[in-house]
Amino acid sequence: MNNLNNLTIKQSYEYLNKKKCSSVELTSSCLEQIEKLNPEINAFITVSELALDEARKADELRSNNQELPLLGIPIALKDIYMTKGLRTTAASNVLRDYIPQYDATVVRKLKEAGAVILGKTNLDAWAHGSSGENSDFGPTKNPWDREYVPGGSSSGSAAAVAANLCAAATGTDAGGSIRLPASFTDTVGLKPTYGLVSRYGIIAMASSLDSIGHFTKTVEDSALFLNITAGNDPFDATTTNKELPDYTKDLHKGIRGLKIGIPKEYLAMGIDKKIKENFDNALRQIEELGAEIIEISLPHTKYAVACYYIIQPSEVSSNLARYDGIRFGNDRSYFGDEAVRRIILGTFTLSAGYYEAYYKKAMQVRTLIKRDFEQVFNPPAGGVDAIIAPVSPTPPWKLGEKLDNPLRMYLSDIFTTTANLAGIPGLSVPSGFINGLPAGFQILGPQFSEKLLFQIGHAFEQTQERKILDI
Amino acid sequence: MKIDVKRVAKLANLELDDEELPKFEKQLEEILSYFDKLKEVNIKDVEITSQVTGLENVIREDKAAPSLSQEEALSQTKSQHNGLFKVPGILENE
Repeated sequence: MNNLNNLTIKQSYEYLNKKKCSSVELTSSCLEQIEKLNPEINAFITVSELALDEARKADELRSNNQELPLLGIPIALKDIYMTKGLRTTAASNVLRDYIPQYDATVVRKLKEAGAVILGKTNLDAWAHGSSGENSDFGPTKNPWDREYVPGGSSSGSAAAVAANLCAAATGTDAGGSIRLPASFTDTVGLKPTYGLVSRYGIIAMASSLDSIGHFTKTVEDSALFLNITAGNDPFDATTTNKELPDYTKDLHKGIRGLKIGIPKEYLAMGIDKKIKENFDNALRQIEELGAEIIEISLPHTKYAVACYYIIQPSEVSSNLARYDGIRFGNDRSYFGDEAVRRIILGTFTLSAGYYEAYYKKAMQVRTLIKRDFEQVFNPPAGGVDAIIAPVSPTPPWKLGEKLDNPLRMYLSDIFTTTANLAGIPGLSVPSGFINGLPAGFQILGPQFSEKLLFQIGHAFEQTQERKILDI
Repeated sequence: MKIDVKRVAKLANLELDDEELPKFEKQLEEILSYFDKLKEVNIKDVEITSQVTGLENVIREDKAAPSLSQEEALSQTKSQHNGLFKVPGILENE
């Protein structure tokens, strides 16, 4: 392979260990690709000036036989992860010049694992959006076709991994913000179980929904990455105390005999013909691998978007109340339109007289959505091991297409919000291309079943050829 | 559902230009009427879900640990005075 920046995490690790390349070479190759493509794609808001120094340090440690899982491997961080001394904007003018005083827990863990931080990636401001266009730093473009959106809100991270500007990148997913862009860019995106990965130091959007995940080039890389980021954090009381497995174990176990559910409601909800075709192909592959496909029912699915867009803005209005321009950042006049919309919507649904009709009701419907999944995953009742479903009801759309119609934009989250409401994990896996643009499907499982999702995703991935974007 | 955007914006400490109001009003009313969908769901005796993995009463020992220095804490503010944050007055002069 000529271009080191195309390597996966696993390949990078092997190259570095066998001294086929140094971290400085690997990092330089990413930085060159960023320099070449970022002016067009706009995946990065900030490129770190310390990346090469960190790479040099990693090479030194390696020559002293230091072993760390990400030692010298260049990654990018969604610009909503606080990085000590490195500007963190949430893609909003409110934080245009904000330099955090501390690292997010996940950032600390990644640094301790030896990762080289290339920089901070673009997003819909405050992670509000499904296309990447709500950024105050300009939209990110889909590297596969620059007239199209890469999906959001973790738009820059998805584009950066797809265009090989880095080996992997972090994201956040409160309603699909990792899975949707992953499916639009031919990357693997993991939304972990709520509370599996610490939210500490990641700018809060909707605290009961926010899940901290990542984009990688392969399913195996996704498992490797989760091994580093998952686990209890005293700074986030919602993180789990469970003993966690090695997520890379059982990757190669195959899926023979597994029961996989297809929610009939998803396919009945107005889905693009080409997406359906693509999904049916994936389904056939999974059946050929020996899994049993079973039709299941999640009857409350059709209420998920309404439920989500009450709960999410309510929590947003509360979380964004802290931005007053006093202790840091600019004042509230710097909020963009989408943040204003969500703050107003959330303030309204929480206000006296409307709380019961909106917020409380949505939190009750949330219980029903969660119960739908519990029922379907319940083994004594003949439940399934996992569910597969499309990620997006349509292929990527053109830049600008949905910008003036927020409700239409919200409806693109129709298949993804349910996992956040139920707190379950979802893995988005590439399933080929439709008219030159990527498509993907998601694998959903019970809470804390990430290991199984990787096992299924990996088995499917072996039936596909990894297409490297050559630009 | 009607929404008085100006009033709600004030509650949220946002200042909107008058010419922006009709746009937000239209968009938000469209979104609110989409929420009407929830009216058909029977939620009698259904509990709310606020902690989705079921954790309860997570506590820890109240122990002092290193924190930001005063200088670090103040490093991002645009208004400080004598090593303190300077905030706008909230009480009006009589």
